[in-house]
Amino acid sequence: MSTETLIASLFVFILASFAGFEVINKVPPTLHTPLMSGSNAISGISVLGALIIAGEASWNVTVILGLIAIVLATINVVGGFLVTDRMLQMFKKKEAKV
Amino acid sequence: MELRFTAIQLSYIVAMTLFFVGLKELGSPATARKGNTLASVGMLIAIVATLLEKQVLNYGMIFIAIALGSVLGAVMAYKVEMTDMPQMVGLLNGFGGAASAMVAVGEFWRYLAMSQNPPSSTTITALLGVLIGGVTFTGSVMAFAKLQGLITGAPVVFPAQKILNGLLLGGFLIGSIYICLHPFNSQIFLGLLLISLILGVTFVLPIGGGDMPVVISLLNSFSGLAGSAAGFVVNNNLLIIAGALVGASGIILTVIMCKAMNRSLANVLFAGFGSGESAGGGVAGGTVEGTVKSIDTEEGAMMLGYARSVVIVPGYGMAVAQAQHSVKELVDALESLGVDVKYAIHPVAGRMPGHMNVLLAEANVPYPQLYDMDDINPMFDTTDVALVIGANDVVNPAAKDDKNSPIYGMPILEVDRAKHTIVIKRGMSTGFAGVENDLFYKDKTMMLFGSAKDMVAKLASDVKQL
Repeated sequence: MSTETLIASLFVFILASFAGFEVINKVPPTLHTPLMSGSNAISGISVLGALIIAGEASWNVTVILGLIAIVLATINVVGGFLVTDRMLQMFKKKEAKV
Repeated sequence: MELRFTAIQLSYIVAMTLFFVGLKELGSPATARKGNTLASVGMLIAIVATLLEKQVLNYGMIFIAIALGSVLGAVMAYKVEMTDMPQMVGLLNGFGGAASAMVAVGEFWRYLAMSQNPPSSTTITALLGVLIGGVTFTGSVMAFAKLQGLITGAPVVFPAQKILNGLLLGGFLIGSIYICLHPFNSQIFLGLLLISLILGVTFVLPIGGGDMPVVISLLNSFSGLAGSAAGFVVNNNLLIIAGALVGASGIILTVIMCKAMNRSLANVLFAGFGSGESAGGGVAGGTVEGTVKSIDTEEGAMMLGYARSVVIVPGYGMAVAQAQHSVKELVDALESLGVDVKYAIHPVAGRMPGHMNVLLAEANVPYPQLYDMDDINPMFDTTDVALVIGANDVVNPAAKDDKNSPIYGMPILEVDRAKHTIVIKRGMSTGFAGVENDLFYKDKTMMLFGSAKDMVAKLASDVKQL
């Protein structure tokens, strides 16, 4: 990565942080746990990086690290989204008739 | 510009949009489930797009890894008890952090394997990814172990702890400068990895179990920042953006949790709060007058059943006792008698932000019945009975009145303003902060001694007989 790309990426990072603050600031306390597990699933985005470094056809340290990272990040992504969904389906406005 | 590159980048833009819209929809209970689904679709698009990258050739192994991770993740998500949600989120944070650190290490190693000098920006961001990812990983594992009861939940403090942490950080800094100048020293690089893993452990050890809402939120933020750092390393904008988004969300929750305890982040992280040392001063600060009035469930049921309005204050003790279903039963019985029932939720009522709301939702309590602290406090004046179940510090009036109390200034649920208060508690022990609670000695307060689950179940059956 050249210094120019680094600077451009820093712009992206700072902007995204501010946008994130604005979007999330309004989440009511009732939803803080699902917000956390849902955003947690999004932090599994490092799976993209893992896919790229695990992509080489030959075996080497990088590929092995990448594959382990894919497993861990996928647990993060799949587990995070599913458990969030499981929680959110319990939030009801009116009492469900059992 | 190559077509494949354009298609991938456009897919990333779609994914990014879905993340933002999804998180925005997560902001309201009515649309939250849809929001989560949108974000997951965004993730799927991003993964598929990345698989199209031309350097991705190793499809067989990659699919096996994805399948393995998906199965493990799905099993965890469906097996976990709602009371164990903090551990689950803690563990997932750790996995995310570990994955990010591995991406950073892997990319750095690729340069070394090719005997090629990595650009200094790659080296710096890789080191940052290693540091944040490593701390997130072991820190989350420690938080998991504390919450799961594998190690003591009490703060573990030892002499020179802060000095050790300072030395570790200093060592990391010096090693990083060395690596920037001489990238080919893999031993030093691995040493730095080791330091960040140790830092995660020493960072969480001195923090008490009751402060876990802050730690989990902070680690959540770290897991996002680790993802961002990995994004800098492999030069991927979507990683940077999504990581920043999660970093921001974690920081917001951390600040909210600290405010709810009226403590600075530094105090939570470094004070060893709730350990013997700090608790000692607290007990001395609270001089307590008056006598404790104890009642039985029959009297309690009468008070509740003939009240017009009742506010239930659930605390962590209720969650530990798994009493939320009995509470719901009691509330149903009261409502059939025409009593107006509300729930008052303190921000740190559970072991993570919003935990109590999830537990009550699981017990089929409709969310409009749950009131946040700021909304419910003015209503206590017109409340006949406040029923406190397994909560202590968050209803301690000393936080308002006693300037010497260690919890002075912490926002509380003002149950002492209700006409009567019933407190269900095992005994007269102090809460997490180790502070005596004047509330228990007030004239209007009745104590119901016993386990939360038994007492609430008995109250429910006594109310039904009214």
